[in-house]
Amino acid sequence: MSSTSNPLLEAKGITKYFGTITALENVNLKVHAGECLGVVGDNGAGKSTLMKVLSGLYKPSAGSLFFQGKEEILESPRDSQNLGLEMVYQDLALAGNLPIGENIFLGREPTKNLGFLKLLDFNKIKELTNAHLDKLKINVKSADQKVEELSGGQRQAVAIARSTAFNAKVVIMDEPTAALAIKEVGKVLDLINSLKKTGVGVIVISHRMDDIFTVCDRVMALFQGTNFAESSLSNTSRDEVIGWIMGKK
Amino acid sequence: MEDKDKKIESLHLKLIPYFEKYGILLLLVLMILVMHILQPDVFLSWRNVTNVFKQISWQSMLALGVFMVIVTAGIDLSVGSIMMLSLMILAVVAKAGAPWFIVVLTPLIAGFLCGLFNGLGITLLRMPHPFIMTLGTLYIFRGAGNLISGGTPISGFTDEVRYLGHGRIDLQWLGLEKSQYLPVSLVLIAIVYIIFWIFLNKSKTGKWIYAIGGNPNAARASGINVNKILIIVYSLCGFLSGIGALILAGRTDSGYPNAGLQSELDAIAACIIGGASFFGGRGTVLGVFAGVMIMGILRNGLNLMDVSSFWQQVLIGSIIVLAVYIDVLRRDIGTRK
Repeated sequence: MSSTSNPLLEAKGITKYFGTITALENVNLKVHAGECLGVVGDNGAGKSTLMKVLSGLYKPSAGSLFFQGKEEILESPRDSQNLGLEMVYQDLALAGNLPIGENIFLGREPTKNLGFLKLLDFNKIKELTNAHLDKLKINVKSADQKVEELSGGQRQAVAIARSTAFNAKVVIMDEPTAALAIKEVGKVLDLINSLKKTGVGVIVISHRMDDIFTVCDRVMALFQGTNFAESSLSNTSRDEVIGWIMGKK
Repeated sequence: MEDKDKKIESLHLKLIPYFEKYGILLLLVLMILVMHILQPDVFLSWRNVTNVFKQISWQSMLALGVFMVIVTAGIDLSVGSIMMLSLMILAVVAKAGAPWFIVVLTPLIAGFLCGLFNGLGITLLRMPHPFIMTLGTLYIFRGAGNLISGGTPISGFTDEVRYLGHGRIDLQWLGLEKSQYLPVSLVLIAIVYIIFWIFLNKSKTGKWIYAIGGNPNAARASGINVNKILIIVYSLCGFLSGIGALILAGRTDSGYPNAGLQSELDAIAACIIGGASFFGGRGTVLGVFAGVMIMGILRNGLNLMDVSSFWQQVLIGSIIVLAVYIDVLRRDIGTRK
């Protein structure tokens, strides 16, 4: 969508110290509805730290976050989830011992009242899971299957399904295609494209130029914890973006 | 050919969960059968069966507490000491002449507070592993128990205090004989296990306990307050040890310095035999019950056959290793890809 409209999510002047180490310094970022922003950078450039600040897992040392134009202070991932900001972590953040449905609703399980007791509503979990997986065209044998029995691509799909199950407005994905077979990469990228169509703002961190150039509308590069370069995808090239990652303009 | 493979695979998928859930019960039933064949007159008699339940009554409380902790991939070595300290506090309060309803509450509160102490230590002091914190409190609580009692047994409680551990529910109205009574402790085990089964399987907190054991990072990223849940788990474990103390007070009519010595190891053994995984996230309440029963029946059966207690140790140890090996084999089948 057009970049003149208000951004869904905007980060201004984000700085993060870990002791004496400066992981991020004065970093700005914004993403609009229906837009996919690619974030690239070398190892240690601060991509994952920035995403963890956005998801509320880390508190920034300085700087502010604006969600739909309003300043928000995130104390925990629960706060960002309540705003409609979801994160798909690189290590997937799924509990392998639990079934797919319970992973998708982990921390936000639907319950039913039995007298004074609040019990988990397993039928509702299953029902909602099946409907949601259908909507995203994710195929699994059953919502009751344990996550540890799934392939890497299926796990990634579950992680993405999890992030979008609660009307997410912004979904942040950290290396969504790392550790996937080639066949599975395409499916995940299709999933990102269909998210964009529903008006979700997507932020993708990736090392793979193929991913960036398939799904992103805009790309920004971090270098040693600072904003290094940014461009809409149509005005740049793979070689230029690879140069940014290495700190060359 | 492919169809056939698929059929076998779906059969596996269908059977494995049942085997995972109820396999341990098969072992229990098998053991009961073997004991019955070896001791046909005695083993399944009313008297002996109620005896087994009375013997496992307090261990089953410790095992259930330790089980919850193990599900979070933690460990609690202090349950035996918590029970001893709670028992000693009960004894001192009883000797001071407090009314019975206060005496009955003291071990529960003491146990809960001991567990809370463990939980706060593990989370707030950021101990690298619960093993260390609870190893420390294993000594602290037992030392404290001896300090308040002077290291000597304190005996003699009222019938109300002894009710849970020693009480009998008369079944003569069912046409049974007077000797065929139901021990109150058996009913207590059933009630507590059912409550905790519901808690672990049907409540949000219970589900989060399993999630933390499966992947603590996933739980944290889902907005679950992992430290809070851990504190709840260790506190409940202490509370169950307190119930164990109350039962033991009824059974022995005495608070004594060696109460619950090494019983933390029995509790851990019961969980492991019952299929709980040390890596967390795996195991069922039913499994723990089966684990406690297997250990109780083994001890009881070997006693009936006059086998020396040294052999009992060897056999229980062997069953732990065997049970875990069966678990390893089962997982090989379960995750074939």
